[in-house]
Amino acid sequence: MQLGMRYSEITPKHVYLNRRAFLAGLPVAMLGAKRALAETRLQTVKSPLTTSGEKLNTFQQVSTYNNYYEFGIDKDMPSVNARNFRTSPWVVSVEGDCARPRKFSIEEIQALAPLEERVYRHRCVEAWSIVVPWIGYSLSKLLEKVQPTSKARYVAFETYFDRRQMPRAEGLDFPYVEGLRLDEAMHPLALLCVGMFGETLPPQDGAPVRLVVPWKYGFKSIKSIVKIKLQGGMPRTSWNAANAREYGFYSNVNPNVDHPRWSQKTERRLGEFFKRQTLMFNGYGDQVASLYKGMDLRANY
Amino acid sequence: MLRNRWVKIAAFVLCLAPLGWLGWRGWNQDLSANPIEFITHFTGDWTLRLLVATLAVTPLRKLLGLPDLIRFRRMIGLYAFFYGVLHLTTYVWLDKFFDWREMLHDVGKRPFITAGFAGFAMMVPLAATSTAGWIRRMGGKRWRMLHRLVYAAGVAGVVHYYWLVKSSVRRPVIYGLLVAVMLGARAWRQGAKAPAAKPAALVR
Repeated sequence: MQLGMRYSEITPKHVYLNRRAFLAGLPVAMLGAKRALAETRLQTVKSPLTTSGEKLNTFQQVSTYNNYYEFGIDKDMPSVNARNFRTSPWVVSVEGDCARPRKFSIEEIQALAPLEERVYRHRCVEAWSIVVPWIGYSLSKLLEKVQPTSKARYVAFETYFDRRQMPRAEGLDFPYVEGLRLDEAMHPLALLCVGMFGETLPPQDGAPVRLVVPWKYGFKSIKSIVKIKLQGGMPRTSWNAANAREYGFYSNVNPNVDHPRWSQKTERRLGEFFKRQTLMFNGYGDQVASLYKGMDLRANY
Repeated sequence: MLRNRWVKIAAFVLCLAPLGWLGWRGWNQDLSANPIEFITHFTGDWTLRLLVATLAVTPLRKLLGLPDLIRFRRMIGLYAFFYGVLHLTTYVWLDKFFDWREMLHDVGKRPFITAGFAGFAMMVPLAATSTAGWIRRMGGKRWRMLHRLVYAAGVAGVVHYYWLVKSSVRRPVIYGLLVAVMLGARAWRQGAKAPAAKPAALVR
């Protein structure tokens, strides 16, 4: 009984993409409009911060199983409903308590630092996980450009929201917002991500630019960012606002602190039949545990 | 028309169709990136749908003036139980892989599992006593008393779903409204006929 393990590998990516391009292209072709159907390739360099020894999930798994409530609440909805999401032109405003607040176009963000390929484990709060070769660079490189002032202690993030492009949005207050403490945001593992599997991000995975914080539950890794604000106070975060008892600000992956409605001890890696043990800080404890020295992680869940 | 044998066979096949559809998607490796979750949700959805359908039979008989609909009630109810068994089996076998300690922990600690398990447990005696033999043995009155458990099972199923979802309660609320309408129809009818001599015979 290894349903998920093989089927995803049966369809090679180019076939799958062609099929998708064909289906997606039909209505577009009828309208006579032009649209790039596949993602564009990105040049990357090797990264010392990549995770080794993990088998990658497939592009199909990562791009058809998404939590992106702006495009619908079922996992298979974003890959369908985000198909025509406009990610160009795209501007990210970096503002707040910094010496040089400014706006960055997505082209500027892509060119701001050498793009690295980083394989990370990604653990959802719903107890499933994937391993993804993301592309990007440390968020700190962007934040350094705007020179945070001494008043900045937190970083707030905001996702694009447009009801006309996201008519199926439900379940949360939009726009989606997230936040990190400044020292978390400056940690080299916190990735400003523009691609995966060698290409720019598909819309359902957070195109054109998202965050990936591998030691925290997936919902902290906010998608399709339009605003980054440095500030003194702890930012409001969407899931915490929806249900504070179940989703804390920190939301570090922690097998010892259960979600009130399910266990966090184990997780199902997509494509595997048996569940595996969840690792403290999703296995990144050596790098990040020091950020939380002296903190009660049960109280600060 | 409803007395025709072929209508009953058609209904039987119709109730089996979701399982066929699931099997077909499985055969085509089309159960999403997380097949176990997909099967769990799919069988749970159909348990709830068929429970609502079972509860709809009595009000619809009266509303549509089709008393023969009663001929399908047992079958639909048994199918609800059947999908419930598949749902529970998916949880016990595919999801938890017979980790009884973990499951006991779940039933005790996680309210949505507790509600779902309670709903299933209430369906067991109903399925077991669904035969004509059992109606005879128990006597119609006591049998009907017992089978009112299906109301509680329907409510438990909705609560199970409501407590399970992360944020959007739209779907569980829809099921909740459907169950409420079905139970409300009975309460309303009973209220209207309360002074009648033999209420037990009128309430189904």
